[in-house]
Amino acid sequence: MNTPMSPSPRIKPESEYRDVLALAGILLFTFLVMWALNPVRFLAVNNIKSMAFQLPELGFLSLAMMVTMVTGGINLSIIATANLAGIAAALAMKAAEAGGAGTFGVVAVALLAALAVSALIGLVNGFLVAFVEVSPILATLGMMTLVNGISILVTKGYVISEFPEGFRFVGNGQFLGLPVPILLFAAAALAMGLLLSRTAFGFELYMVGTNPTATRFAGVNNRKILMKTYLLSGVLCGLAAIIMISRFNSAKSDYGASYLLVTVLAAVLGGTSVFGGFGKVLGLILALVTLQLLSSGLNLLQANAFLTRALWGLVLILVMVINHMSESRRAGARS
Amino acid sequence: MKRLFRKSETYLLLVILVFSGVITCVNPSFFSLENLFDLLKSYSFLGILAVGLLVVLISGGIDMSFAAVATVAEYLTALAVMRWHGSIFMAFLIASLIGILLGVGNALLIYRFKIPTVIATIATMNVFYGILIMATGGKWIYALPENFGTFANLRLFTLVGQGGSQYGLSIITVIWLGVILLTAFILRHTITGRGIYAMGGCNADPGPAERAGFNVFRIHLFIYSYMGLLAGVAGVVQALLVQTVAPNSIVGKELNVIAAVILGGAGIAGGTGSVTGTVLGVALLAILGNGLTLMKIPSYWYDILIGGVILVSVTLNALQARKKRSKVIEIEEPAA
Amino acid sequence: MAMPFLSLRGITKSFSGVQALKNVDFDIEDGEIHCLAGENGCGKSTLVKIIAGAYQPDPGGSIAFSGTSLRHVSAIGAIHHGVGVIYQDLSLFPTLTVAENIAMSQLIAQGKSLVRKRRIHDLATRAVERIGIKLPLDELLGNLSMADQQLVAICRAFTSEVKLLIMDEPTTALTRREVDALFRVILDLKRRGTATLFISHKLDEVFEIAERVTILRDGEKIGTYQPAELDDASLSQLMTGMSPTYEAVEPPDPAGVPLLEIEGLSLPGNFRDISLWLLPGEVLGITGLLGSGRTELALALFGLNPASAGRILRDGRPVRIRSVRDAMGHGIAYVPENRLLQGLVLHQSVAKNLLLTVLRRLRTRFGFTDPERQREQVRQWIEEFKIKVPSPDARIETLSGGNQQRVVLAKWIALGPKVLILDNPTVGIDIAAKSSIHTIIRNLAGLGMGIIIISDEVNELVHTCNRVAVMAKGRMGPVFSGAGVSIQAIARAVAGNHGEMAG
Repeated sequence: MNTPMSPSPRIKPESEYRDVLALAGILLFTFLVMWALNPVRFLAVNNIKSMAFQLPELGFLSLAMMVTMVTGGINLSIIATANLAGIAAALAMKAAEAGGAGTFGVVAVALLAALAVSALIGLVNGFLVAFVEVSPILATLGMMTLVNGISILVTKGYVISEFPEGFRFVGNGQFLGLPVPILLFAAAALAMGLLLSRTAFGFELYMVGTNPTATRFAGVNNRKILMKTYLLSGVLCGLAAIIMISRFNSAKSDYGASYLLVTVLAAVLGGTSVFGGFGKVLGLILALVTLQLLSSGLNLLQANAFLTRALWGLVLILVMVINHMSESRRAGARS
Repeated sequence: MKRLFRKSETYLLLVILVFSGVITCVNPSFFSLENLFDLLKSYSFLGILAVGLLVVLISGGIDMSFAAVATVAEYLTALAVMRWHGSIFMAFLIASLIGILLGVGNALLIYRFKIPTVIATIATMNVFYGILIMATGGKWIYALPENFGTFANLRLFTLVGQGGSQYGLSIITVIWLGVILLTAFILRHTITGRGIYAMGGCNADPGPAERAGFNVFRIHLFIYSYMGLLAGVAGVVQALLVQTVAPNSIVGKELNVIAAVILGGAGIAGGTGSVTGTVLGVALLAILGNGLTLMKIPSYWYDILIGGVILVSVTLNALQARKKRSKVIEIEEPAA
Repeated sequence: MAMPFLSLRGITKSFSGVQALKNVDFDIEDGEIHCLAGENGCGKSTLVKIIAGAYQPDPGGSIAFSGTSLRHVSAIGAIHHGVGVIYQDLSLFPTLTVAENIAMSQLIAQGKSLVRKRRIHDLATRAVERIGIKLPLDELLGNLSMADQQLVAICRAFTSEVKLLIMDEPTTALTRREVDALFRVILDLKRRGTATLFISHKLDEVFEIAERVTILRDGEKIGTYQPAELDDASLSQLMTGMSPTYEAVEPPDPAGVPLLEIEGLSLPGNFRDISLWLLPGEVLGITGLLGSGRTELALALFGLNPASAGRILRDGRPVRIRSVRDAMGHGIAYVPENRLLQGLVLHQSVAKNLLLTVLRRLRTRFGFTDPERQREQVRQWIEEFKIKVPSPDARIETLSGGNQQRVVLAKWIALGPKVLILDNPTVGIDIAAKSSIHTIIRNLAGLGMGIIIISDEVNELVHTCNRVAVMAKGRMGPVFSGAGVSIQAIARAVAGNHGEMAG
């Protein structure tokens, strides 16, 4: 999405970092509304638990989407990557089990398999975008199809299920009273936040997303940065996969088809600019929590899953419209 | 002659011929007239959508919502026709209007609020589809009126094949042909069409087009409502082809359509692409799909193949574009 | 005495309180070749836009075409009166054919909705004939050279009767030969009765082709002159209102080891057999026309355009420079010509731009960036380089040209380079900022840095450099040095070289 030649007038930074305060306000507002609509059940422990378990996989996927958006690109293959990684992990576990491995071994094998597959996909994406200079939309769209195809080929459309007890702990267990996935996601979010805001890599990432020509002239290795970005995106999908298949206790080729929109929404709502160069992990998390609250609340109201999808679409449009209006107001004030 | 070899359509044609050759060697029934007419008929659906998407891509944008639009149009049209005992003509009319309406929605979001096309249309896809399924429960419609069945079997001319089966140039293919001709005409011979190419070549900057006198807003309206129109038509065609309305059958096939158009030479950046190329792209997909079946290769290889073909195609395009760009300076060769 | 073709009286124009033009009188005779000159922001483009009907002057002024005074001029009105404008960005369509580019606006204006190939061809052919050139009508515009694209833009203007052709900085992207071709067209147009008004800041071109020069400064007309009355110095003085005071340039220590030596450096299609040396504390100027290979040479030294043959020596030792990192590692820095695209990340803050090159040095032990040190450094640089900005977090795009250039300089000087290459460093910067940048350069040279300045302004080079080298067609030409170097001699070398260099 980044035009290679000139600083296109369309690369407008959104409100620099979507005001964290504003986001927190939106979160609070959503919480109150959902609570009001479901006075008893919303705050029930069950509900909170289920939200806490659902959020992390979406969180990993959203991070995967966000990091590519910051460079001015996009990763349309995140769901497909996660699915294939999950399938790989599932198959590896079955093999490990048959080979008589213990719990630890099984989980390790699953993790390795998922990460290996997702990292590989990330590398290919990165290579296409960074070295061949294919547009990220096309590169990840093509990979999405290819990876989907491989998933279908490997599973023949069937579901791989029944994973060992030890593995299911990853997605369903609790540690120190908190769901394991939340802990994993918290760790990842913290790491990502540090990576983006406190490392040279993160700094350069934002700059490359804003003007890759200028960064080239400043000695930044654009290709390396982009490779790493898509690799990282892939790895995050692999981690999402582990949690997903653990929670569902099964792996198949077409989970989470509707997640793609939600990850874009979470990123954009959280202040990541679709044109690149801006975005904060904290904003993403606040946006995610808000969306999760919304989703659970609607669920409790017995709202149709498709209504939720339509709602996500409308919210995304709304956020983009608001961004546009505030940006054009600011541009008007400047001249 | 040299000019011919510079065009990507030529290479595509060669690839098609090579694949066709390979398939025919394995299973000669591929090259029969019956098979070819059948392919033409069943791929008309994809073909109509591809031509519509081509127009969007030339303008420099992308539309991810066309499948949803086609589904909505198909479903609502079926309901309407069943309720009012409508004719096929009415069906096409209603579907077209619904498609145009939804397309205008896309155009407004993209033009008025400058939302990037990929984001806007992913959003509208979910809105259109979500509302449809929610309102209708996603039920399949089985009992299409009789005229649907009769119409679908109409042919321009009929031949009899071995074993006594009848085949011929289906009216559905004729509809696709009409769409092809109309689009080619618009793109090449109307101000609007040339304006689409002009805009597409300017890297999303509407300035030059506006300064030259093009009505950029109207062109946007045209692009997305035309896509909507064709999506509506395709929706009816789908209903005719399979004689049922299954709401979840089209959404998810977007990639095949995108693949066909990209293979046909339309780049994501805009300004390039032709109807001929798109038709060849659809042909390639048809041959791959049909080939897999005839060569008894399991169908799950299809996605892999398509994905692979997309990646190869965009890679080649990107490499070609890079070579063009690296002509950085035009230096007069130093004397001596 | 015939009425002038165009006559402007008392033209004033303000934009939200800022006066862009103050009471300007301006005439253009039939068939005249007239140049409009002035510094950035003097009002040239505003005046042109008023003539073209894109802007309306404030009440009180008058515009007359061939004696007929008009209440106000709209864009269509201007076209009817024979005004054709070609803006700097050409506004052409690379994905349409040449013929379509030429004829499209005309067709749209006629309200047509269908496009007939025959009609487009006819319109285009007629326009091309009016100019007296040949163009490949069916070729896609994007496949043409910049110079040919410019000719297409001119043809487009000529689809209607054009009595006055206005061109905004038409020669910026053209090589010498292409400039000659363009000037031939302008002269030919004159013979056929079309006047040309062109905006230019390239003094030598002004002198070559203009019949009269009008100089604007700060929105006011300073005067209209015959080129024969002016020379470089007086023209510059009239445009800027000041005689630039240049301090004497310190000669470098001739006994020092050259910071940089280049021997026989070549890159096919870019430059051939270039040799030079640069002493510590020396300022070397490189000039030459577009296409002479200067920037390509600079980029070769900077690692973006590595040479294929020859040697580069730093402090006497041969080095390989195949990437920007290599160049930076050897203490070579480059301030690019295109400040906005290559030198700055516009939508990010001043602080981030300043830190881009030295980020990795300002880290804690664990490899994390250190916001404290970053803030401190940024504050220091802003102070040291006198960058006028309300806060370090202000976006670069809000700064003036001069301040932006200071940011770019600071960014590179922060790295502590030994060789600093500046490519057209003072383009688009007002006179006061220019001299402060010259001061910075002089100070750096005083500290022992070697500086190479690539510039088109021979006047500026003569007063800031120890030596001036002239490049032409990828080869190194004469190097002028010592006291009493004359601008004329250098200018002659630059212009005359394309004849003398053969063999």
